[in-house]
Amino acid sequence: MRALITRFTAFYGSNPLHLLATIASFALAGYVVLVMGAPTLWNREVWWQSILVWFLAAVIGHDLVLFPLYALADRSLTAALAAMGGRRVASPPRVSPLNYLRVPAIGTGLSFLLFFPGIIQQGKFTYLAATGQTQQPFLGRWLLLVATLWGLSALAYAARLAVAGRGSGPTTETDIDADGNAASTEP
Amino acid sequence: MTAPSPPPKASGGHSEAHRSEDPPVTDGEAPETTEPVYGFPAGLWRALERRRPPGVSLLQRWRSPLRGPWLTSIFGSALLIGLPVVILTGLLSYIAYGPQFGQAIPGDVGWLTLPTFDWPSRPSWLYRLFQGVHVGLGLIIIPLVLAKLWSVIPRLFAWPPLRSIAQLLERLSLLLLVGGILFEIATGVLNIQYDYIFGFSFYTAHYYGAWVFIAGFVTHVTIKLPRMITGLRSRSFRTMLRTSRADTQPEPPDPDGLVAANPAPPTVSRRGALALVGAGSLFVAVLTAGQTIGGFTRGAALLLPRGRSRGSGPNDFQVNRTAAAAAIAPAETGSDWRLTLHGPAGQLLLDRATLEAMPQHTAELPIACVEGWSTTETWSGVRLRDLAALAGIPDPARATVWSLERFGAFNHAVLQANQVGNPDSLLALRVNGVDLSPDHGYPARIIVPALPGVHNTKWVRSIEFGQR
Repeated sequence: MRALITRFTAFYGSNPLHLLATIASFALAGYVVLVMGAPTLWNREVWWQSILVWFLAAVIGHDLVLFPLYALADRSLTAALAAMGGRRVASPPRVSPLNYLRVPAIGTGLSFLLFFPGIIQQGKFTYLAATGQTQQPFLGRWLLLVATLWGLSALAYAARLAVAGRGSGPTTETDIDADGNAASTEP
Repeated sequence: MTAPSPPPKASGGHSEAHRSEDPPVTDGEAPETTEPVYGFPAGLWRALERRRPPGVSLLQRWRSPLRGPWLTSIFGSALLIGLPVVILTGLLSYIAYGPQFGQAIPGDVGWLTLPTFDWPSRPSWLYRLFQGVHVGLGLIIIPLVLAKLWSVIPRLFAWPPLRSIAQLLERLSLLLLVGGILFEIATGVLNIQYDYIFGFSFYTAHYYGAWVFIAGFVTHVTIKLPRMITGLRSRSFRTMLRTSRADTQPEPPDPDGLVAANPAPPTVSRRGALALVGAGSLFVAVLTAGQTIGGFTRGAALLLPRGRSRGSGPNDFQVNRTAAAAAIAPAETGSDWRLTLHGPAGQLLLDRATLEAMPQHTAELPIACVEGWSTTETWSGVRLRDLAALAGIPDPARATVWSLERFGAFNHAVLQANQVGNPDSLLALRVNGVDLSPDHGYPARIIVPALPGVHNTKWVRSIEFGQR
């Protein structure tokens, strides 16, 4: 029996449970598609308003759209900081601003990603019909939230610089080398 | 589209010393070798490996020193706790809509449902809790989902993409997993903000999408659980929490290739990365929870439709579908309005004065919507079971309630026996001590404990009580 499993594993590339689990998932997904039926999956009038299209967009949504965008942004940021660190400025910062920029940027992006319909007033009419209100306040609220995030980060960075400065002297542990020379974190 | 597990393979520059310290994870039976292992048909996979597209090595320059089996396993285990809760509360919401009366959407789902039962009407906060958790937790895990996808992305661009039939099937099953969860997140996030840009039925898409995701999720957990456990055991969580950025080292090379071959110096520690993801989830929680908890926390949901105040009057709580949107003409709700009761004795017409003269009951009940928001108010009116007795069926099997609204999908609802019989189930005439406002269903609306909000029919026109 053990020999049989070993031979199966060599042939298939993994253990038998792997095969059972993957086939079960395809069968279940196939049943879902069968129960849904083609008219539910595909919109003949407006192709991009099809469930199938949205599902396929979801498949690539992070890995081939969102990830390249945020990886590029992060790489640009780290590269820019490295370039600045290389320059002999009068008083180089003792603490890398990298993470003090990353955190509010992530908060900004995340809040927009989750709540953009209200911010850009998408779906005005259904919103009004459901709630009796307009989406007018959301852009202002979001901008204040973003201002708070960046403002708090600026305060935290200032405090950190002050603490690092009080230690004084060039021997103080500084982060600029680690971060400034970290040319990139992503390809 | 991320991270299938390959059979163990040698990875060029990794020292044997590292390997002996940290034995790489293997898939059960597969032995660890220094040569790549190919399944059947090996010739095909070897040929594929040789046909390396020109740009692919550029895509493999992963630099983050944090990626590795341990970090991925931490994210994975958190999702393994959270996602089943989201799945289960979602499937229970389908039951709460009453599939036995054909009111759950989509209607005919074959075997794709939990066993149907009569949705309880106690405790009154049941649907509020379940749906609040479904939507709230569904949003809170989004930073985790993104972190998990980030942590495994090197697998997507690994070359060769396949070394066996097992990897082919696994990559295909990942389409269900990744497509499923992001589809559910996208449709859910848009729906709670009334943005129907996708054009198709939200209920239908979100329900079937959930089953596709379940297929991918259960398979992924089955295949990857041993690897996750090994990953978690590969280092101590407490030690990681004590490790600063300066002391942060890459994980040892792993057979999945998550660990960068040429990592950059760390810009953040592992505890820092975990804190960042946790802070992201906390941030979303603060921006979300208020729509369910209400009270002074409601304002914190400052970007959600149901985080907004409408004023301080007795009728100034959240509206779902205005009288204008439902095309309720003032003439229909004026002095000519009558409630029609259907029972074995025939029809009974009651005007509002008659209803007000009947024994009134007051109950503090939440109204909770499928979008996760809820609000608790003090409702008064006539008990539904008193109306049933008046219609000649003191113990009805069901009640069908119709609204004055002509066209909406929810212009009627069927209530179960336990929902009609609950002493707090009302045909409400007043809320917080005053008459209902037009937007809240004047002249009369249904309020039933633990019922999905949209089934608490507004602008009630008639109630038909059914025999056992």
